[in-house]
Amino acid sequence: MAVLEVKNIRKSFDGEEVLKGIDFSMEKGEVLAIIGSSGSGKTTLLRCLNFLVSPDQGQLFVNDECIFDAKDVHKLNEKEIREKRLHFGLVFQSFNLFPQYNVLRNVTLAEELQIKDAHKAKKISKEEMKEALAKVTAHGSGLLSQVGLLEKKSAYPCELSGGQQQRVAIARALALNPDILCFDEPTSALDPALTGEVLRVIRGLKSSERTMIVVTHEMEFARRVADKVMFMADGVIEEMGEPEQIFTSPKSEKLKAFLRNAAEGL
Amino acid sequence: MSFIDVTMQLLDGFKVTMLIFFVVLLGALPLGLVITFGSMSKIKPLRWLTRTFVWIIRGTPLMLQIILVFYGPGLIFGAKALPRMTAVLVAFIINYAAYFSEIYRGGIESIPAGQYEAGQVLGMTKRQIFFKVVLFQVIKRIMPAMGNEVITLVKDTSLARVISVVELVKAAQDIVGLRGIIWPIFYIGAFYLLVSGALTLLFNWLEKKMDYYKG
Repeated sequence: MAVLEVKNIRKSFDGEEVLKGIDFSMEKGEVLAIIGSSGSGKTTLLRCLNFLVSPDQGQLFVNDECIFDAKDVHKLNEKEIREKRLHFGLVFQSFNLFPQYNVLRNVTLAEELQIKDAHKAKKISKEEMKEALAKVTAHGSGLLSQVGLLEKKSAYPCELSGGQQQRVAIARALALNPDILCFDEPTSALDPALTGEVLRVIRGLKSSERTMIVVTHEMEFARRVADKVMFMADGVIEEMGEPEQIFTSPKSEKLKAFLRNAAEGL
Repeated sequence: MSFIDVTMQLLDGFKVTMLIFFVVLLGALPLGLVITFGSMSKIKPLRWLTRTFVWIIRGTPLMLQIILVFYGPGLIFGAKALPRMTAVLVAFIINYAAYFSEIYRGGIESIPAGQYEAGQVLGMTKRQIFFKVVLFQVIKRIMPAMGNEVITLVKDTSLARVISVVELVKAAQDIVGLRGIIWPIFYIGAFYLLVSGALTLLFNWLEKKMDYYKG
């Protein structure tokens, strides 16, 4: 069963079509790397999946449930969007941690607010709330140790290196246990010396349970970690396949040129 | 008239000055936020209306606005005039709310879109994002500008005398006029300095309190 199915997603900004009909599906536990030059639509695609951008056309299915259909998008209210987008997590290029909260609070904030709101709406008692909050804190600490930053849990984001901040952002995205975790060029804003620690954490997340989509410029990473690689150019999927096939025997001319350029860049 | 007598009499005016100061803050701080939401609204006519309103309030002298609020209803509609103090408070609150709203707007617009998006992808509601993520960062950023505006308010209270509300300057002028001594008018400078000095310390303390993080 496909965990994610994307059907004919199209999106234009100011009359310029950025996504020109994207179709693909993913199996549970799969890691998909999306490569391509800037402006090819990679980031817009991720933003569509996370409901930050509303596609003009197309449908999204998660676990065979239709969570988005451009035809009746007007029916979605804010609450529904919130529920549906929680199928996805997103790690940003620029981390976007909340600067005023310490590391642990960054990870637990969203869940904490959910629990407190449930208490305010009298859905749970005070004792249940306290119990739930304690669980969230424990879970958050667990995630921080998973990304190797438990000892930094009381630090503020400004006190961390870029690599550490991005690892916190990964823990934060994991906190709500999304079906599909997306990374938008997670190492592009980092010093080359710091990309390794972030990529290692992402690789460490690879398991049969965690489906991931990684938009990346790190070709070696895509080659070694991804199960499938998607090459996007001018708003379409130009080529998609196993890493070996994409990197050693590319078919399309655009992909060949892209890989040549990437190799020269090194 | 002895120094003590003058001080006692000025203190009566000072009380009025402080009353105006605190009530205006209490009213204008939240009203400013309402105006901000208006001037940032997605509804065009509302945004346009609010911004025109802010333009008029910021574009005319506060003194004129006080006079208008006090005499206007009587002259235009033949209505009974508001009590002097009420007219002063209404004019000040509207005026300061307009200024505050622009400071708030600048602060809100300076928060990167990524902060909102991070909240959104974590399933937070708009309310939660504004109050739990954005607001504190806005407050930190606007602190210096707010300090400026609040200290200006201390001194602007002296405009209340234009409709004969006996605040500090008016109290001093009354003594000068009645007793023929000039020094009380300079003496009140010390009152203003004291208050703005205290406010400066308060704002420095607040800024330091919020300086535990950068950004």
